[in-house]
Amino acid sequence: MAEPTQDGRKIGGTLLEVKNITLSFGGVKALTDISFDIKEGEIRAIIGPNGAGKSSMLNVISGFYHPQQGEVWFRGQKRASMRPYEVARQGIARTFQNIALFKGMSTLDNLMTGRITHMHKNLFWQAIWKGPAEREEIAHRERVEHIIDFLGIQAIRKTPVGRLPYGLQKRVELGRALAAEAKLLLLDEPMAGMNLEEKEDMCRFILDVNDEFGTTIALIEHDMGVVMDLSDRVVVLDYGKKLADGTPNEVRNDPAVIEAYLGVGH
Amino acid sequence: MSPELLNVLEVMLNGLLAGVMYSLVALGFVLIYKASGIFNYAQGVMALFAALTLVGFQTGQIPFAHVINTMFGTHVETWGPGVPTFLAIILTIGVMVLFAYLVERVVLKHMVNQAPIILFMTTIGLAYFMEGFGDLMWGADIKTMDVGLPSGASTWFETTTASWAAEGSNYPGMYVDMLDVSAAGIAILLVVVLTLFSQYTKTGRALRAVADDHQAALTVGISLRTIWVIVWSIAGCVALVAGIMWGAKSGVQFSLSLIALKALPVLILGGFTSIPGAIVGGLIIGVGEKLFEYSIGGMLGGATENWFAYGLALFFLMFRPQGLFGERIIERV
Repeated sequence: MAEPTQDGRKIGGTLLEVKNITLSFGGVKALTDISFDIKEGEIRAIIGPNGAGKSSMLNVISGFYHPQQGEVWFRGQKRASMRPYEVARQGIARTFQNIALFKGMSTLDNLMTGRITHMHKNLFWQAIWKGPAEREEIAHRERVEHIIDFLGIQAIRKTPVGRLPYGLQKRVELGRALAAEAKLLLLDEPMAGMNLEEKEDMCRFILDVNDEFGTTIALIEHDMGVVMDLSDRVVVLDYGKKLADGTPNEVRNDPAVIEAYLGVGH
Repeated sequence: MSPELLNVLEVMLNGLLAGVMYSLVALGFVLIYKASGIFNYAQGVMALFAALTLVGFQTGQIPFAHVINTMFGTHVETWGPGVPTFLAIILTIGVMVLFAYLVERVVLKHMVNQAPIILFMTTIGLAYFMEGFGDLMWGADIKTMDVGLPSGASTWFETTTASWAAEGSNYPGMYVDMLDVSAAGIAILLVVVLTLFSQYTKTGRALRAVADDHQAALTVGISLRTIWVIVWSIAGCVALVAGIMWGAKSGVQFSLSLIALKALPVLILGGFTSIPGAIVGGLIIGVGEKLFEYSIGGMLGGATENWFAYGLALFFLMFRPQGLFGERIIERV
């Protein structure tokens, strides 16, 4: 079991912190008074039964939902209410449970679009094309090719992603999030619907990303084996409330967690 | 070649050239529809407005001269001899970009996440507002547009084609209007530039990304509102080109805004979401209506060009409702 820092990785200070987040849709409370933090360089898992509010939590962090109460602190600063594209520009990238790729565009174009927050030449230079804009394209293309190599998706570089099988689409989506070179990577069920081999690949990618680039990762996952193996710390949600928070071992032995997952009277 | 065959060729050639003009109008619709899912009814009026503005700059008209004269009892009309065509075009592009910005700021911003029908109604309102605003700004009289494009029959083409005919057939040669030819050339250039821009630049990629998936676009850090301003600006420039071409052909007047209606069958044929579709659709309608008029029109009492396109579109809807190049909607149940 990989305890923090045991394998020589560096876990730094707090990167993101959510404080007392409460989110409701009309009368339905999706999240109630949730607080936890994500430390720099760690792999943080959010788990819980269906409808526990995991995805809602991720949507709050990435700016798709705006909580009624509570604060989000990123890199030591309290964040104002932000739109998703502003969050992305701050350095938070994400993937979706049900894949949100540009289906009509090629793998390469999808990844290049992921780099958009790093490309700064304005419309004027783009219209002229030769010169600065072209140099910028080439520089970013190099970074993208590196990611393509890393994920082993050279063969589908020019394929429209809508035509790819599900597992590969998930991989391209991860690639697009990687292309953003984000400080924080949010993965919403990166292994949902995958077969064993694909899951193993994805696990390896997540660990490698964390290891090689030092990217902080927060992920939602249902496969308990995967969660316990991958993550440094786990936060458990149930019915929009926080049940437990700690290392995989602590969480596994927490009576409240056992009850939520297995039911009372186990 | 026999004169009959040459006649048919001439009809088809003129059909193709007319079709390019239809494509140009349809292109403006497709751009906005792809990026925002809005069917922009105001596209035709945008062409009219752009043409009015261009002529206004060219002739040095004072905007709102009529209003000023009524309010202050003055008699001002122009502020000078006007600006050269090239500069006037640049200024008009500026006006269209400003217009796009205002549309986003004042109108679209409040319409996010509304049903398509509501967005459509909004653009109808926008169309009538612009029509009135254009009249108020530049006056309602019919203006002539002259941007220095060649016009009239091409004698070179006429003599060349005349020599194709069989000896002694007295074939006079084909008629082709130079204005149509230059319009087609400019339209092709415009499409090529737009395609290159959307394929090979950052903003082009962002435009395609937004057209593909709004949610995903937001996630990678694209501001939808910025993209909408850009798209409406491009649609404004396409409208300007359409306005110049149609304005040079038949004068800058209210009926110019009705060319939007001619784009509808083109869109039904080509599909609302496809740029190649808009072009091919335009060409098919152009050639189709000219050939129909030439071959069968006489038997039906002529003037079939008024309704042929709509008839063809209706026929098409029965077999391929998504258009030739449109995305087929397959839904899982």
